[in-house]
Amino acid sequence: MTETPPLSLKVPQPEFRPGDTPDFSGIEIPAAGSVRRPDVDEPADGMRDLAFTIIRVLDDQGNAVGDWADSLSDDEIARGLRDMMTLRIYDSRMMTAQRQGKTSFYMQHLGEEAISCAFQRALHKGDMNFPTYRQAGLLIASGYPLETMMCQIFSNEADPLHGRQLPVMYSSKDHGFFTISGNLATQYIQAVGWSMASAIKGDTKIAVSWIGDGSTSESDFHAALVFASTYTAPVVLNVVNNQWAISTFQGLARGGSHTFAARGHGFGIPSLRVDGNDYLAVHAAAKWATERARRNLGPTLIEHVTYRAGGHSSSDDPSAYRPKSESEIWPLGDPIDRLKTHLIVKGLWSEDRHKQASAEITDMVIECQKRAESIGTLNSGHVPSPRDMFEDVYAEMPPHLVRQRHDVGY
Amino acid sequence: MPKCRRILFGSVTTWDIDMTQMTMITAIQNAHDVAMARDENVVVFGEDVGYFGGVFRCTAGLQQKYGSARCFDAPISELGIVGAGVGMAAYGLKPVIEVQFADYMYPAYDQIVSEAARMRYRSGGEFTCPMVVRMPTGGGIWGGQTHSQSPEALFTHVSGLKTVIPSNPRDAKGLLLAAIADPDPVVFLEPKRLYNGPFDGYHDRPVQPWKKHPLGEVDPDYYEIPLGTAAVAREGRDLSIVTYGTMVHVAQAAAEATGIDAEVIDLRTLIPLDTETVMASVQKTGRCLVLHEATLTSGFGAELAAQIQSECFYHLEAPVLRVAGWDTPYPHAQEWAYFPGPDRVGRNMKKLMEA
Repeated sequence: MTETPPLSLKVPQPEFRPGDTPDFSGIEIPAAGSVRRPDVDEPADGMRDLAFTIIRVLDDQGNAVGDWADSLSDDEIARGLRDMMTLRIYDSRMMTAQRQGKTSFYMQHLGEEAISCAFQRALHKGDMNFPTYRQAGLLIASGYPLETMMCQIFSNEADPLHGRQLPVMYSSKDHGFFTISGNLATQYIQAVGWSMASAIKGDTKIAVSWIGDGSTSESDFHAALVFASTYTAPVVLNVVNNQWAISTFQGLARGGSHTFAARGHGFGIPSLRVDGNDYLAVHAAAKWATERARRNLGPTLIEHVTYRAGGHSSSDDPSAYRPKSESEIWPLGDPIDRLKTHLIVKGLWSEDRHKQASAEITDMVIECQKRAESIGTLNSGHVPSPRDMFEDVYAEMPPHLVRQRHDVGY
Repeated sequence: MPKCRRILFGSVTTWDIDMTQMTMITAIQNAHDVAMARDENVVVFGEDVGYFGGVFRCTAGLQQKYGSARCFDAPISELGIVGAGVGMAAYGLKPVIEVQFADYMYPAYDQIVSEAARMRYRSGGEFTCPMVVRMPTGGGIWGGQTHSQSPEALFTHVSGLKTVIPSNPRDAKGLLLAAIADPDPVVFLEPKRLYNGPFDGYHDRPVQPWKKHPLGEVDPDYYEIPLGTAAVAREGRDLSIVTYGTMVHVAQAAAEATGIDAEVIDLRTLIPLDTETVMASVQKTGRCLVLHEATLTSGFGAELAAQIQSECFYHLEAPVLRVAGWDTPYPHAQEWAYFPGPDRVGRNMKKLMEA
């Protein structure tokens, strides 16, 4: 019998911690335009390579190149830039509002704006997103009123959720935005069920599911992949890999797998890996995957490779667990800068027009904020009545809740 | 089919219809059938429920009749089954889901508690989850610790859920149809020892079939028994036994064995709770035994006892007594020492009368 040395537990660690000089040169970034675009009905086995590369459209000079380019018109691209700028300015104002005590909590999208803003543009009226808390771009790109979003953040009397939900846990059926749970991953499988219902009913609507890199560890993620695969569900399964789940680096969830996209392969699900900081690439991948779903070809898994440039939430201080300079040297750049450069290269935009647009959007956001704050903020006292606390637990209030409501004096 | 006229639930409602002999299994199967014929949004799925018709046969023939898009097998993932059901319900379907044993429910608990139960609330009524999750519950079948549990208190503790436990075929059908029609998520617990007969706890005696029991006569058409209404299973004057599920029959057997004239209240729905019927009975008799098969500590009986002492304190001749499963995992070989059968119930009834 051969003697083997004692076992030892291996716990993955990120490459860089505070005080280290980060270096991302080891990350393989394929040239823009270098990845082929298969037909949507190509068998999954024939496109396994797409889970181990990065689909990119915008090159370093701002040109849109390759098979995945040209999914949007010039006007649509200009609108995409405006959506992302709006989200970033909105985030900045709301983070400040949180620091001012106007709300308890906020979560921003810094660096990840392209993903939700671009994806929404591939969807139709009636489709349903099952988002996490970092996809507010879906709402902004679908034209949901900023003022209503702010009323939810401020938990004021115009909050459509009556002050019951943590800030940023929006809900809008009309805008294809499923009520955010706040629990991680639970909604991933629900999107699959929702899309199965559409298929059972013989409708044409599709569902889009969202999850972060960290919570792909949850069983819900794996159940969703089993169900989506088993029933060929008309759903797009998005994994936003922003490298960090609070202080948990993506390697802790990814384990021995090379990419998150590769998770789809065990289930026979076609899987793409896309540059999440490239608005045009995200849109092209979204269009491809949604077309597969609409044609009843089944689910697609998309890993969006990005970087969470801000903290996890207003309660988080990332300098405690990662080097500050990581986001500056992130090799996929900033999504707004990249799309701006593209429009400038095309002769459709300029630095001056960008500054002007930025100022206009800021004014618009401030106007919305003034109106929302005039209704109330969490600290102004104009919050929904405790009476609201007892509503909507059931369709009809049962006697025991009526008694409890009376006890509070309502 | 016998013509049947009978008084129901102590009210003056009479039946004047063709009744069919059913077991709890065929009554539940029939409820699915009637619901699916009536509403094309009703879909049925779970482990083994499609082609095979379920391990207890409660969905037999549904796939053959309604097609595999409306009654289908699911992967062995309770989390996935309930989670997908939540999405389907939000879409506008009426999923009627089978979790094969209540003991298998735990992987789906997050989906039930954090998702199904709260969807209406957290979305301000914009999204709802009208879904029924059926689960065989309770012991008495030599099922050991993973096929015998009674987890109802884990559901009654959750805001936004309704929890139903029928004790006979007629109620099972009417309550299941009411649950399917309900706009909110309902956990529907089916005492598996009652599937084939009104088991009274005497495990060493011959099995009684439902066909000899009046509540085994079931209207084959659509009817609902409203959630939140208890039934008086046995009228009596000496003491009240507040119970549900299998224990309804055990309580009646104990009353016969002891000669104590117990009034047996079958709650049928735990949430919403029919406090009116419970309190009226206890105020009448002045003595109350709360009985369930689930473990004692923090069981639903604790909630009942608290409410009863608070509402009926000045009518009580003795402290409210609880009889329940022991605070151990459900054992295999010691099943009948664990199960609160008629002897244990009878002893406690006597104790209550002497107090």
